[in-house]
Amino acid sequence: MNESFWSIATPWWPYLFILIAGWAATDVWRFVGVMLSDRLTEDSEALILVRSIATALVAGVISKLVIFPGGALVGAPLALRLAAVAAGMGFFWGVRRNLFLGILVAEVVLIGGWLFI
Amino acid sequence: MAGQASSGHDEDAAEVPAFRWVLRGIAGIISVPPFVLVSAFIGFGALARDTGLGLGHTVFMTGMVWALPSQIVLIGAVAAGTGIAATMAAVALSAVRLLPMTMSILPLMRGEKTSRALLMVLSHYIAVTAWVEAMRKLPHMPRAARVPYFAGFGTTLVLLNLGAVSAGYLMAAAVPPHIAAGLAFLTPVYFLISLSAAAQLTADRAALVFGLVLGPVFHLVEPEFDLMWTGLVAGLAAYLVHRWRRGR
Repeated sequence: MNESFWSIATPWWPYLFILIAGWAATDVWRFVGVMLSDRLTEDSEALILVRSIATALVAGVISKLVIFPGGALVGAPLALRLAAVAAGMGFFWGVRRNLFLGILVAEVVLIGGWLFI
Repeated sequence: MAGQASSGHDEDAAEVPAFRWVLRGIAGIISVPPFVLVSAFIGFGALARDTGLGLGHTVFMTGMVWALPSQIVLIGAVAAGTGIAATMAAVALSAVRLLPMTMSILPLMRGEKTSRALLMVLSHYIAVTAWVEAMRKLPHMPRAARVPYFAGFGTTLVLLNLGAVSAGYLMAAAVPPHIAAGLAFLTPVYFLISLSAAAQLTADRAALVFGLVLGPVFHLVEPEFDLMWTGLVAGLAAYLVHRWRRGR
């Protein structure tokens, strides 16, 4: 089970990879959720732990995307990427709690700053 | 929005045929959260192209997984050449949040006659945006309206974003590098802000901070299983902080 997305050179393998490692791994929780929906409550201790793990995992992916990006983002300096994220967060929490505007501020700092350098 | 304005408790569901509720669900797409999700999926399309995936892979993944955080974990693992078992474990860990989300939405949605098979199918639409919208709107609708409304809303949301992810993928190839970088940047910014806004409990906030710090650390120390370790170590630490804070 060590095959990666790239390691079997047929057109169907990437799709099978997505089905197994992507679809099965996510819909299993939705299906179990339907089965259990009349048993557990949302503030039970087990679910707080489970949510912490999920939140931490996604947070880890976010900072990896900012600090070790692939593709076009590599061209923007690390300090600029961090400044852009900080500007977006700062605007959202300090000025106006509007998700769209927060994202816009981060994008303006990133692209504007890059063009300015 | 249209559905919300005209649907109160006083309206008798029996007078409004189910397909009208499906149509209202489709119209419900015209509001802010779906718009933000579309921009995030445009960004994901650009990110997927950067990772080296084909357009078909990207669209298929979006339709089948339908959970942007898990899709980011998935393409992170694809980019790193991670094996299928380790990838599946990381994606499954990132998707655990779908369990409490599904469990909390279902009591709102199901009527006495709703079949479990239908709920299984509709549960595929549950992800952050559809969940937030459903929690906000369903309680104000007659019970018989909720399943058709959610079916119309969810189907439209998925189809719209299959278009968005394709547009982002194709745009990334056509625009200058600054703009392509800006598109790929949409995803982490969108998630950072919305996760921080959704973090109500001490455990959620601590998990967010610990995960942000430990993600890059484990990437350097243990690249093969870095996502799993980040989730387990940072998540458990956050939970312990929550226990400790409450115990004082």
